[in-house]
Amino acid sequence: MTSVEERTSVESRNDSDGVSFMQATRLVAEREIKAFLQMKGFWIGLAAIVIGLFAASILPNVLGGGDTKVAVTGAEVAQTLEAGPFDVERTDDVAAAEELVRTEQVEAAVVPDTTGQSATGVSVVALENPPSDLMASLGSPPPVNLLDPGEVGEGEKQLVIMVFALVFMLFAMGGTAIAQSAVTEKQTRVVEILVSTLPVKSLLAGKIVGHTLLTVGQVVVLAIAAPIALQVGGNEALLEVILPALGWYVPFLILAFLLLASMWAVAGSLVSRQEDLGSTMGLVMTLVFGPYMAVIFLADNATAMTVLSYVPFSAAIAMPVRLFTGEAQLWEPFVSLGLIAVMIVVITAVATRLYTGSLLQTGGKVKLSRAWSSASD
Amino acid sequence: MLKVNGVSRSFGDHRVLDSVSFDVKPGRMTGFLGANGAGKTTTMRIILGVLKADAGSVTWNGQPVTQGVRQRFGYMPEERGLYPKMKVADQIQWFGRLHGMSAAAAASSTERLLEELDLSTRANDKLEALSLGNQQRAQIAASLVHDPELLILDEPFSGLDPIAVDTVLRVLRQRAADGAPVLFSSHQLSVVEQLCDDLVIISTGEIKASGERDELKQRYGTPRYELVVGSDAGWLRDVPGIKVTSVDGPRAVFEPASTDGFRNGGEALDQRILQEAMRRGEVRAFTPVVPSLNEIFKEAI
Repeated sequence: MTSVEERTSVESRNDSDGVSFMQATRLVAEREIKAFLQMKGFWIGLAAIVIGLFAASILPNVLGGGDTKVAVTGAEVAQTLEAGPFDVERTDDVAAAEELVRTEQVEAAVVPDTTGQSATGVSVVALENPPSDLMASLGSPPPVNLLDPGEVGEGEKQLVIMVFALVFMLFAMGGTAIAQSAVTEKQTRVVEILVSTLPVKSLLAGKIVGHTLLTVGQVVVLAIAAPIALQVGGNEALLEVILPALGWYVPFLILAFLLLASMWAVAGSLVSRQEDLGSTMGLVMTLVFGPYMAVIFLADNATAMTVLSYVPFSAAIAMPVRLFTGEAQLWEPFVSLGLIAVMIVVITAVATRLYTGSLLQTGGKVKLSRAWSSASD
Repeated sequence: MLKVNGVSRSFGDHRVLDSVSFDVKPGRMTGFLGANGAGKTTTMRIILGVLKADAGSVTWNGQPVTQGVRQRFGYMPEERGLYPKMKVADQIQWFGRLHGMSAAAAASSTERLLEELDLSTRANDKLEALSLGNQQRAQIAASLVHDPELLILDEPFSGLDPIAVDTVLRVLRQRAADGAPVLFSSHQLSVVEQLCDDLVIISTGEIKASGERDELKQRYGTPRYELVVGSDAGWLRDVPGIKVTSVDGPRAVFEPASTDGFRNGGEALDQRILQEAMRRGEVRAFTPVVPSLNEIFKEAI
């Protein structure tokens, strides 16, 4: 017996403090990510989004009759174009052709070149950007005269909002996954082993890190797929409009996800069964979709958008939109990002306490006040 | 050695543990006995840091039990649970790393344990695809993978089929023989009886008895004899100083009527009865009856 006691005491003297907070967090995150990558549903969902993206970009060209409406002044060019996939409207003079472009009855006009820079003797008139198929069929690129440059068109605005819708769907999916992971651990009672082994904080942090990486990873896949889809669909011009704004979305999107991540975990930890998740996820879901709806409905109200671009929950959508449309000053996004960061710290601190307090309480739905007060157990 | 010193805990106004103290010694299997709601699980949760104690302390080799120390413990909670959608081997290996093992060490330990628990063929199946008995074995593997310095098992045998009980018994005995203290709770007294070296008996949050099993049996069990004679043993009923607890033809079990036992005063009561029986005829057996744990349990609480 003595020898055994001696051995154990020697061992414990040599022992370190076990797994650190960082190591534990990494292990939890690793498990969350692995579990997701092994799920069929995850890949099917991602594939559906990518396929949808390609479909949205390519199908209009294929199904929409395809013929680009063009106004043409000059019989020779008109004949050439009529042979191609163009719906040609012959006009008598340049002014008439430009009028058709301005009223958006045609997408572009091909008129005799007056600048002398054109190799083919024609130039193209368009509202915001010339149709790429037209440019391609005219041989060496003719000079382009844009009637309404700078302004962001309705189409682009719609597209940006659509991209947000897609990203927010990813957010909702990522958030739901955090909540489900929390409730699964409670439901299966594996949480008891986890709590006895690692700090609760690293359990929460690991979930947040894991699912943030997963969600950001999916956004990156979209960011890579989108330009390719636009290229394949012949929408290069759109691409040029979107790319500069993209740089701002990334930090905002990451912070926006972090802002809500801990709240999703609390939503999961308050209930003991998957079936009850709906009742606690409502509030967080509102915080995801509420600001999105607000931005869509108030997009034309500059004052409202300015306010929304500083409120942490809606800033992630409102500020990039304001940057995109050129309304925001350069310093504004930094202030807004700072505000979100402060809010993340506050929310995560509160959420950590609620998560700790509700994790081991089984039975029905845990009240927030009870979760708060039993965190010291 | 694990020492629980004066641990108390209340839930609201309900006092669940009242100054609970006991030791779990190295190399010994300690059985933790108590009825449902007696405080077994709460005590174990406090040792594992899942719950905080209102008062008292838990020490391991004289040191307070911190997160780092606890990581070297192995715990199997009463309410079992692992990740249902994770593969068995992946899962056990992950728990090993959570307890501070390197990936390679966790992998080889997992392989060894699955072998030991006859679960190797299911290593790459998802946990939810396993039968309940096999899920239990996986659970035990998860609590043993990091070669814990101390094992705490809450009702380790409930839900196990008899073959699994034997397998698990073998594995646990091996750990104890290797020097790890093992604390396990159970309400299946027969299992505890054949398994444990030491006993801790708890009732309504208080420790009623603790110590070596055999010593407790002597202290709490009533001494009893079984007598088997050639003819009817009914005459025993008329012998003064003893109480006959059962008679079945030639077979009878009796105990002393007073609490002093058989050997109060100069004369040994048991020897007098044996002589009387031999005088009356044939004696086939005269054996002391070892009290069962059940009896100790009832008497202690």
